[in-house]
Amino acid sequence: MPAFTSSRLPLLSVLLLIAASIMALLLGRYAISLRDLWQFIATLCGVGDMPQQRYQLIHSVVIEARLPRILAGVLVGAGLSVSGAAYQAVFRNPLVSPGLLGVLSGCAFGAALGIVWHLHPLPIAVLACLTGLIAVAVGVGIAHLFQTSSILLLVLGGIVANALFTSLLSITQYLADPVDQLPSIVYWLLGSLSAVDLPTLLLTGPILAVAIVVLCLGGRAIDALSLSDDEAYSLGVPVQKIRYGVIVLATLICALTVSLAGMVGWIGLLVPHLARLLVGPGNQRLLIVSASLGGVFLLAADGVARSLTAGEIPLGIITELFGALAFVLVLHRVRKGWL
Amino acid sequence: MTLLTADRLSYRLGDRPILDHLSFSIEAGDNIALLGANGAGKTTLLRLLLGLLKPAAGQVLLHGLPLPGLSRRSIARQMAYVPQSHVPSFPFSVAHIVAQGRLPATGLGHAPDSADEDHVREALVELGIDHLRARPYTELSGGERQLVLIARAMVQRARLIILDEPVTGLDYGHQLRLLALLEQLAERGLGLLSSSHRPEQALASATRVLVLHEGRLIADGAPYDIIDSDLIRRLYQVDVKQIDAADHRFFIPC
Repeated sequence: MPAFTSSRLPLLSVLLLIAASIMALLLGRYAISLRDLWQFIATLCGVGDMPQQRYQLIHSVVIEARLPRILAGVLVGAGLSVSGAAYQAVFRNPLVSPGLLGVLSGCAFGAALGIVWHLHPLPIAVLACLTGLIAVAVGVGIAHLFQTSSILLLVLGGIVANALFTSLLSITQYLADPVDQLPSIVYWLLGSLSAVDLPTLLLTGPILAVAIVVLCLGGRAIDALSLSDDEAYSLGVPVQKIRYGVIVLATLICALTVSLAGMVGWIGLLVPHLARLLVGPGNQRLLIVSASLGGVFLLAADGVARSLTAGEIPLGIITELFGALAFVLVLHRVRKGWL
Repeated sequence: MTLLTADRLSYRLGDRPILDHLSFSIEAGDNIALLGANGAGKTTLLRLLLGLLKPAAGQVLLHGLPLPGLSRRSIARQMAYVPQSHVPSFPFSVAHIVAQGRLPATGLGHAPDSADEDHVREALVELGIDHLRARPYTELSGGERQLVLIARAMVQRARLIILDEPVTGLDYGHQLRLLALLEQLAERGLGLLSSSHRPEQALASATRVLVLHEGRLIADGAPYDIIDSDLIRRLYQVDVKQIDAADHRFFIPC
């Protein structure tokens, strides 16, 4: 990959994300032209003069209906992808996804519990987020019982946490009311942006955005872990601090994405591979490109989920279907020497 | 000038003693070969010297200061590590790997500037691997990877370099060239300590030999005073015939 093109790819990928977001604002059952949007923004800023009725219509379509969903989609896609890329780098394993340490199963259990307890959307989101963090704390805690903090023990601790919280989820599902609660748990686990709840978005969105940006800026530190721990230490790199910093940020990001959109699978594994094909393994570029492409991928998947049928296919199903197919193509490239 | 001192260094794994009261020092200009059978504790000793393991007793002094009192970064500015190369998961470029040698100097907060790039290029040119700079490290041969790791250590500008079996896995030509390079570095005033499985190479190129046997340091001195058929029988439990000829010493299996 020539240095010239690859050094511009992070910027290009961010522009692509912005373009995709604008397109997602315009497209849908009620199409809006770019000129309408432009006039609307001008009026919003007090310099345009759009007819009142039309202004109200566009306001309800763009600002009330589409914008929260698109913001949530971008944040979820970018968050899962950047956490996946960062996890793969600090665990030095291209097959790692953000759920490695148990965050997703923890969140799923919390959400199911919230549904069984008849909570409102915001408390369900908070509960899901908290149990996700607890699951990772359990996984990391188990690794620390054995007093070394090697990657292998972290992974094994994560397997235990995953198993534990998956079983707790199963118990909750078993005890749930099969007529009313069980279907909502199952539907919630499939992942969707259709029920993005505005208070939840207002609460989680800013935290997610900051965490994603901080992780993206940590590329140079994460690069320093690219070889063995011994080598990184002997280069004066604070290995544990960086690894745990990434684990904390990525766990927070994942838990927040689940509280927004449920379980949206595959993105955290697929998108970093795609991004690595474009810019190589250097994390300073990789993390930014992963985040942008993740946002684009999720917007596209959500577009398909909304428009493929009259009803709505859960987003998680689309991302898994697309993800599985796209991953085959990525593996084809990977086998040619990127691994 | 004394670069590093090991002072009655001991290490144990559970109740099993691995290293027992080792004391020696590394001077500027030393090109030391550390000999010992498999399991003698060579790698453990290297990790203790680098501060990657904590000794059960005794201490390591770097320029007279005990390691636990120094930050990892200041240790890294004085002592570099060349591990046995392995293939990492991700295809970082050679230039990227070598540039990591600048981390102790620049820290994580600073992007590398053109001076850092000059350091990297200098080292690559000196080792004759400048043509590999854009290649993925994962696609190199074992010998090339070893050279890249040595280039990284040179970029680190440390006075002391610790090498873990630097010639293992290299072909004959790479071995000889690498040993010659290490001799040159020592002549420039660097201190080198390499673990080795090859007594003959220690004779040919090291200025000093340390011998580890059953956790103890049984010899420390000039190679020709120490390495003979008796030592080889003791370390490796094999009988060899020693031949001294033309200022060289050879061993032939009996």
